[in-house]
Amino acid sequence: MTDYLELSDVRVAFDGFVAVDGVSMTVLQGDLRFLIGPNGAGKTTLVDAITGLAAATGSVRFGRTELVGKKVHQIARLGVGRTFQTASVFEELTVLQNLDIAAGAGRRPLSLLRRRRSVPPEVEQAMETVGLAGLRDKPAGVLAHGQKQWLEIGMLLVQDARVLLLDEPVAGMSADERTQTGELLRRIGAQRTVVVVEHDMDFMRSFATSVTVLHAGKVLSGGTVAQVQADPRVQEVYLGRAEVTS
Amino acid sequence: MTSSVIAKLPRNYGAVCGFLLGAVVLLVVAPAVLSDFRLSLLGRFICVAIVAVGIGLAWGRGGMLTLGQGVFFGLGGYVMAFHLKLADAGPSGVPDFMLLYGSGQVPVWWEPFRFPAVTLLGIVLIPSLVAFGLGIAIFRRRVRGAYFAILSQALAAAFAILLIGQQVTLGGFNGLNGFRSFFGFNLYDPVNKRMLFYIAAITLLVMLAVMWQLYRSRYGELLIAVRDQEERVRFLGYDPANIKLVAYVLAAAMAGIAGALFVPSVGIISPANVGVVPSIAFVIGVAIGGRATLFGPVLGAIAVAWAQTALSESFPSFWSYFQGALFVLVIAFLPGGLAALVGRANVLRDAVQRRLRVGARVASPSVASDTGNLVPPEPGLSGIRAGSETGQ
Repeated sequence: MTDYLELSDVRVAFDGFVAVDGVSMTVLQGDLRFLIGPNGAGKTTLVDAITGLAAATGSVRFGRTELVGKKVHQIARLGVGRTFQTASVFEELTVLQNLDIAAGAGRRPLSLLRRRRSVPPEVEQAMETVGLAGLRDKPAGVLAHGQKQWLEIGMLLVQDARVLLLDEPVAGMSADERTQTGELLRRIGAQRTVVVVEHDMDFMRSFATSVTVLHAGKVLSGGTVAQVQADPRVQEVYLGRAEVTS
Repeated sequence: MTSSVIAKLPRNYGAVCGFLLGAVVLLVVAPAVLSDFRLSLLGRFICVAIVAVGIGLAWGRGGMLTLGQGVFFGLGGYVMAFHLKLADAGPSGVPDFMLLYGSGQVPVWWEPFRFPAVTLLGIVLIPSLVAFGLGIAIFRRRVRGAYFAILSQALAAAFAILLIGQQVTLGGFNGLNGFRSFFGFNLYDPVNKRMLFYIAAITLLVMLAVMWQLYRSRYGELLIAVRDQEERVRFLGYDPANIKLVAYVLAAAMAGIAGALFVPSVGIISPANVGVVPSIAFVIGVAIGGRATLFGPVLGAIAVAWAQTALSESFPSFWSYFQGALFVLVIAFLPGGLAALVGRANVLRDAVQRRLRVGARVASPSVASDTGNLVPPEPGLSGIRAGSETGQ
């Protein structure tokens, strides 16, 4: 069975301000969906709504499970993982400890009172996948910015997240790091459902298999990269903004 | 197997050495060189140190600045005092102060503490259960930081006021005092006072051993993760409230045990031992020693308690100024406590070694270009800046 994430009429309001205004979309397993839109379009808020951080109405279904109304940690245990705009790793703990914690939400409480005697296989594998095996005993705080983002993606892998929601994963990365990140996402995305919030259009053009454009809390356009780029409404939103800023 | 054991030795070496040294000092050296009076004083400091170990867990590792450990210290202490008063009064007897101020009737809820087993269980369970109830209410509502600190301090104030109001059943402002025996041992006998010291010292060592295991365990790593990035932990599928609750309850149980040991060795428990002032004093020792380390809270607590006694003997009115100044200085200039000095010494040593290595590299330039890229990125911005520059 293939996984999918299905949003229908998702709505988030803060004190009367409607940040997400009736968004519906479906993301299938193996899809690398990019969520783009100008600042304030509601991209991050939509991710917050899916992961239970922002109270939402409407429906978010992962497979047969309804996510709206569940608590953050319950949604995470169902296999929905996310990263943040600012890499939030545990800086005082090593790469290995960071990944081990991410792998352990299902551990029995009493087993937590013991020391880690060996590296769990999924942690070992994730360190190889994201290319941090050589830095396993370094505190995460000394990692370069890009490496922190990879560590976060590694944490999603060991968490066994089947839906990955990545909030601006390549912001602040070098060109090489962007390419590596994109290839990493392609590699891991085949077995998973991946949604990437991103401002970087080059990155999107290189790696997106499908795109959803948000504007003012609503879905403005959707489809392949070419379809979205040809959409006059998208051009208007983006070019209009470009004229103002430049 | 053997090789992995040997590989792990150096990492635990410091903790094991510190633990053994502590055991020798407390159990052999101190009883040999200190007078009975000083030894009993040290026993009192050890009680404070046991509270400090718990605060080290809750605050140093868990980020919960608890300014109300006096509540749990008091619960353990009063439970012990109930038993000692009842035991002194004899079977179905009435404690002296109740005859003096009250109707001469023992309240029903005092009665279970006639039994030693109930008392010992109560010393651990009552503070733990109170902390459990409070903790669930506080952590589920995501109260943290300064709000948590203020809340815990208010609890200590309320607890002391509650005790002062109970003249007939809890001795009011005077508290409970004048204990003559401790589980059948005469408390006026110096041999038994030494025994109390040994019990306190061994309890402290056991607590340290428990803490050592906890800090190396997966739970210890998880607690640090919750302290530094509580929301992130939530997104990994854990409920941080439960993780914090365990540390809070353990800290409360330790404070309760410390209170129970304090009562027979000092001979009194009163609202003055459990209110806001003693609660803050517990934290000061931990802050000065180094809250996130294993031995820092213990050494800090004993040092501060010792300084208080020594200075109060010579300059009775001077202590509170000194205590305040010490606290301000440590928080301003040494937030990690004195234990951070050890860390800084290590950093300094590493820096000197690196300097020496760079010197060696300059001497052979071909090696420098080869190893230059292998040096791991420095903490801070340099790594990011290098990355983004190549990007643009």
